[in-house]
Amino acid sequence: MNLLLKFWSSSIGKKWLVALTGLALLGFVVAHLVGNLQMFAGASKINAYAEFLHQNEKPLWIARIGLIACFVLHIVATLTLVKMNRAARPQSYALNRHVQAKISTRTMAFSGLTVLSFVVFHLLHYTLRVTDPRFRTVEEKGELQNVFDVYHMVVLGFQNPLISAFYIFSVGLLALHLSHGVSSVFQTFGLESKRSAQWMPTAGKILSALIFAGYASIPTAVLMGVLK
Amino acid sequence: MNLHLKVWRQRNSETKGRLVDYEARNIPEDCSFLEMLDLVNQDLLSRGDEPIAFDHDCREGICGMCSLTINGVPHGPSETTTCQLYMRKFKDGETIYIEPFRAGAFPLLRDLAVNRSAFDRIQQAGGFVSAHVGAAQDGNAILVPKTDADRAMEAAACIGCGACVAACPNASAMLFVGAKVTHLASLPQGQPERERRVLAMVKRMDEEGFGNCSNYLECEAVCPAEIPATVIGQLNRDYSVALVKDTL
Amino acid sequence: MSLKLDSKIPSGPLEQKWERHKFESKLINPANKRKFEVIVVGTGLAGASAAATLGELGYKVTAFCFQDSPRRAHSIAAQGGINAAKNYQNDGDSVHRLFYDTIKGGDFRAREANVHRLAEVSVSIIDHCVALGVPFAREYGGLLDNRSFGGAQVSRTFYARGQTGQQLLLGAYSALNRQIAAGSVQMHSRMEMLDVVLVDGHAKGIVTRNLVTGEIKSWAADCVIMATGGYGNVFYLSTNAKGSNVTATFRAYRRGAAFANPCYTQIHPTCIPVAGDHQSKLTLMSESLRNDARVWVPKNKGDSRPPSQIPDSERDYYLERKYPSFGNLAPRDISSRSAKEVCDEGRGVGPGGLGVYLDFADSIKRLGELKIRERYGNLFDMYHQITGENAYQMPMRIFPAVHYTMGGLWVDYNLMSNIPGLFVLGEANFSDHGANRLGASALMQGLADGYFVIPYTIGNYLAPENGKRPTTDHPAFKQTEADVRAQINRFLAIKGKRSVESFHRELGLLMWDHCGMARSEKSLTRALNRIPALRQEFWENANIPGDNESLNVSLEQAGRVADFLDFGELMCLDALKRNESCGGHFREEYQTPEGEAQRDDEHFAHVAAWEYQGENTAPVRHVEPLIYENVKLATRSYK
Repeated sequence: MNLLLKFWSSSIGKKWLVALTGLALLGFVVAHLVGNLQMFAGASKINAYAEFLHQNEKPLWIARIGLIACFVLHIVATLTLVKMNRAARPQSYALNRHVQAKISTRTMAFSGLTVLSFVVFHLLHYTLRVTDPRFRTVEEKGELQNVFDVYHMVVLGFQNPLISAFYIFSVGLLALHLSHGVSSVFQTFGLESKRSAQWMPTAGKILSALIFAGYASIPTAVLMGVLK
Repeated sequence: MNLHLKVWRQRNSETKGRLVDYEARNIPEDCSFLEMLDLVNQDLLSRGDEPIAFDHDCREGICGMCSLTINGVPHGPSETTTCQLYMRKFKDGETIYIEPFRAGAFPLLRDLAVNRSAFDRIQQAGGFVSAHVGAAQDGNAILVPKTDADRAMEAAACIGCGACVAACPNASAMLFVGAKVTHLASLPQGQPERERRVLAMVKRMDEEGFGNCSNYLECEAVCPAEIPATVIGQLNRDYSVALVKDTL
Repeated sequence: MSLKLDSKIPSGPLEQKWERHKFESKLINPANKRKFEVIVVGTGLAGASAAATLGELGYKVTAFCFQDSPRRAHSIAAQGGINAAKNYQNDGDSVHRLFYDTIKGGDFRAREANVHRLAEVSVSIIDHCVALGVPFAREYGGLLDNRSFGGAQVSRTFYARGQTGQQLLLGAYSALNRQIAAGSVQMHSRMEMLDVVLVDGHAKGIVTRNLVTGEIKSWAADCVIMATGGYGNVFYLSTNAKGSNVTATFRAYRRGAAFANPCYTQIHPTCIPVAGDHQSKLTLMSESLRNDARVWVPKNKGDSRPPSQIPDSERDYYLERKYPSFGNLAPRDISSRSAKEVCDEGRGVGPGGLGVYLDFADSIKRLGELKIRERYGNLFDMYHQITGENAYQMPMRIFPAVHYTMGGLWVDYNLMSNIPGLFVLGEANFSDHGANRLGASALMQGLADGYFVIPYTIGNYLAPENGKRPTTDHPAFKQTEADVRAQINRFLAIKGKRSVESFHRELGLLMWDHCGMARSEKSLTRALNRIPALRQEFWENANIPGDNESLNVSLEQAGRVADFLDFGELMCLDALKRNESCGGHFREEYQTPEGEAQRDDEHFAHVAAWEYQGENTAPVRHVEPLIYENVKLATRSYK
C-alpha cells in the first residue's frame, strides 16, 4: 500500500500505474477476444463457454472486480496526469505544429474516452441486457435447457447495422489506443533500448491490428450472413 | 529577402502580451535567424521603438541560451539551435511566427526571453557526483568501457536549452532530466548516488510544475543535441527501481 | 607611482616552488572559514570551479553571472581538448615538457613559476574531472584516450568529442550545483557586476545590476574573485559569445587594478570568413581540421575561377612552402599571419577577398569520404549550415578571427591583483600564456586556477582579515552605488540617434584594421587618434531607449560598449609601446627578413602593466621583469 501511495505521489509513478493497469486491461482484451472468436465454432461451443464462466461465479467476480479496479485506476491516474499536463502549459502557442508525434499518440484522450463510452454501452447491451428487450427471452432450446443463448443474442445484436458500425468504430479506436499504449508501456517500464525503440511501434501496430481484425470479424460476419 | 514577422511582445510577466506584426526587409540569405532579428531591432531603434528582447549568447549552438519557437517549432527548422538557423531556409515573402518557449515552469521575462532557472534547480537537486577536490584517484584507475563512455557522452551532450519542454504538448522536462540521469548512470563514478539522484531530480521536476511524458517524442525531434528519447526510458526504469528500493 | 608589482614568486628550485608555497601559505581553520564571505564573479571554468571548491572548503560564497544560468558561460564553446602531463601514451611527456612547451608557445613572455605550477596541477585536473563524471573519450580497453593537438609533438590532450569545454564546464557546473544545494554557495544569474568596491584600498565587495529588474545592489564580502573572461569582443567580430565583455575587469582597472599586456590577442586561423555586414559573430572550426587538409590560395592575384578549375600548378600551398616541417600544422599565430599576408597581396578568396581555401580533396582521395565524414562530420555539417556550401565537394573557405586574449588583469603568484583582496582567475588574468596560448591550454588554466590554486592561495590574504568585512552601509558602498547609478542615468539621458551596436561595429573594425593581426606605429597612432572621436560621438549620440527598471538590452550593451571604447585605446597604447613582435602581438616594424616575428628580449622580456590615472589622463606603464632561470630564450622556429 505504501508503495502504491509512493507511486501515486509522483508523475512517473502514476505513469507506471497507468501502464500496469493498461497491461492488465490488454490481457482482458486478448482473453475476451479469444472467448468471442468461439462464435465461429458454433452456438453450442460459445454457449458452453458462457455456461462455464457462469458456473464459476466466485473467480468470475474476483476477475470482474479486479478489472473494474484496473479500469478505474487507469482512468483516474490518466485524468490526474492530463490535468497536470494541461497546467504545465498555461499559455498555448498561437501557432502549434507537431514534428513527429503520431496520430495514435495525439488522439489518446479521444480514443480512450470513446472506448470508455463504448464499454458502458457494451455492458448494458450484452452483459446487463437492458438495451434490447428481446435479449431477456433468448434462451436456448434443446439440449441445454434454461441456459442463456449467447450465440443468438450476439447475432441478433449485430444484425442491427448501427450497433455493428459503432462496435467496429470503437474497436478501431481501441486498436489505435493500444498501438500507442503497447509501445509506450515499454518506454514507461524503461525496457526500451535503441534497437527495440525501432521495432516497438511496429509490434504495437501489428498487435492492435490483430485485435481489431479479431473483434471486427464478428459483426462483419453477422452482417454478411456468415453467422446467423 | 522580405519577411512578415509575427513576434510575441510582452513587457513583463505582469502584463499581457500579444503578437505584433513586423516587416523584415532586405534580409540577406546568409544571415542567421538571430542576425535577422538584430537587423529588425536596428530598424526598430531607428524608429524610436524598443528592440525585441530575446536570449542568446554564444551563437554557435552550444551554450543553450537562445530559444524561440519559430512557426510552432522550438528552434524552428534548424538542425540544431536557433542561432544556427540561416535565413536561406525560409522563402521570400514568408510569414514567420516567433514566440517564446512556452511552459508554466518557464515564466516569461520580456518579449521572447523566459526564465529557465527551473532547470538549474533540478540539477541542484542531484545532477552531480559528490567528489571532493583533491580526493580523486588517478583518472585511469577505474576502466570505463568505451561503449559506456560513449553512451554517457551522448546523454551529457544536452545543452539545457529547454526546447524539449517547449515542444512537448505536456511541457514535460523528462528528456532533460533523463539526459543527466542517463549520463551519470552510465559511468562508474555515478553509481553511489544513482538512486538518490533520480528520486531527488524527479521530485524537483514535479515540484517545478513540468508535465510528464506521453511519448509524443516531440522533444527528441527538436533536441539540438540529438538526445534520444531512450533516456526517458532509462529515467523511468531508474526511478521505479529506486522508488521500490527506497520503500521496501 | 605608488603601484608596486610584487609577483611574490616563492624562492627555491622551480620544481619545488608550488609545494613549498602551499606549505608556507596560511591556513584558516574550518570553524573560521565559515566566517569568511567570498564573492565570485563569472561562472565559467575558472569561476564555477573556484566557487564550488571554496564552498566545499566551508567559505560562504556568493556567485554571479550575467547569463540566465551558470552553465552558459563561454568556456562551454571550447572544442578541442585539455592538456595534461599524464604521459599515458608513453611518448615522452612530462610536467617539465608541458612547462617548456607552454613557455615556448607563449613566446617567452610568461612567468616560469606560474607556468610550471600549471603543468604540475594539470594531472590533478584530469583525475578530478573524471571523478566528477566528465565523459572523456575512452579507448576500447577503458583507458582515457589522448590526441595530439595544436602542433604538440606528444599526445597529451584529453577530449570529449568536439565538446570538451562543454563537458568540463558542465562538470564544474555540477560541482557548483552541489554546493548551491548544500547552501554554501548562493548563486545569482542575470546579474551583471558593474563595479568593485574598495574599502581602505581593499576589494570588499561589488555593485551589480539585476538585468531583469534593473535593481542596483551592493554586496559586501571579505574578498572578491573575478573570473570574467577575455576581451576579444573589443573587435566586435570574434569567436567569443555575444555577451562576453571587458566591463568587470575594466572597471576594476579604473579602480586601480593594473591591466597587463592588453595587446596580446590570439587570432585563430580556422574560422568561417565574414559573409556580410549583418554578421554578428565568427564561428570557429576546430583546428583539428588542419590535420587532414591543405591550405592554399591561387598563385595569381584576382583569380576568380572556382577552386576546382584552378590547376595544382597555379595554387600556392603557402604554409607547406614556407614551413616545410610543420606545414599546414604551423602554430596559430603563424598560420593566421600567413593567411593575412596572402590576402593582403590580393590573392584571398571568397567575398571581399578575405579567405583562404582549406582543401580536403587529397585526404578524401586517400582515405575516402567516409573516413573524413567520421572524423569531421559535425564540422562539415556546421560549415554547410552557415555557408550553404558542401565541403566534401569544394574546399572550405577559412579566415583568421579573434579568439582568445592572453592579456588581463595583473596578478601575483597567489592570483591576487595589486588591489588587496581582488583575485583574478582564468582568461581574465594575464598570467600563464605569455604572448600566445597553445591549443588545449585555456581549459587547463581555467580549471587549475579554480580547483587547485585559489583554494590554497586565498588563505594568505584572508587569514589576517578576519572580522574586517564591512557592511554595505559603509560609505564606500554608497559612493560606488551612486557612481554606477550616475553612469546609467548618463546613458539614458543621451537620447541620441545612433544605435549602440553600430558604435561597437565601428570600433571593432577600427581595432581589427589597426590593432589586429599586424600592427604598426602608424596604424596604432591612427587608431589612438580616432577612438576618442568615436567615444565622444557615443556619449553624444548613442540611442539607448527604455528605462533602467526593466530588461533593457540596449542599456546592457551601452555599458559594455562604453568600456570597450576606453579599453580599445589602452590596447592600442600597449601595442604601441611594445616595440617588438612576440606571439599574438606582431609589429610590422619588427620582423626578420623572412617575415617572422622578431622579439626583443633585451628590452621587452617583461610584463607591461597599466595603471589608470583618471579620465583624459594617460595611464602609466609599469614593468615586471620576467626572469628566466630554467629555460633558455630561443627564437621560435617552426620551419
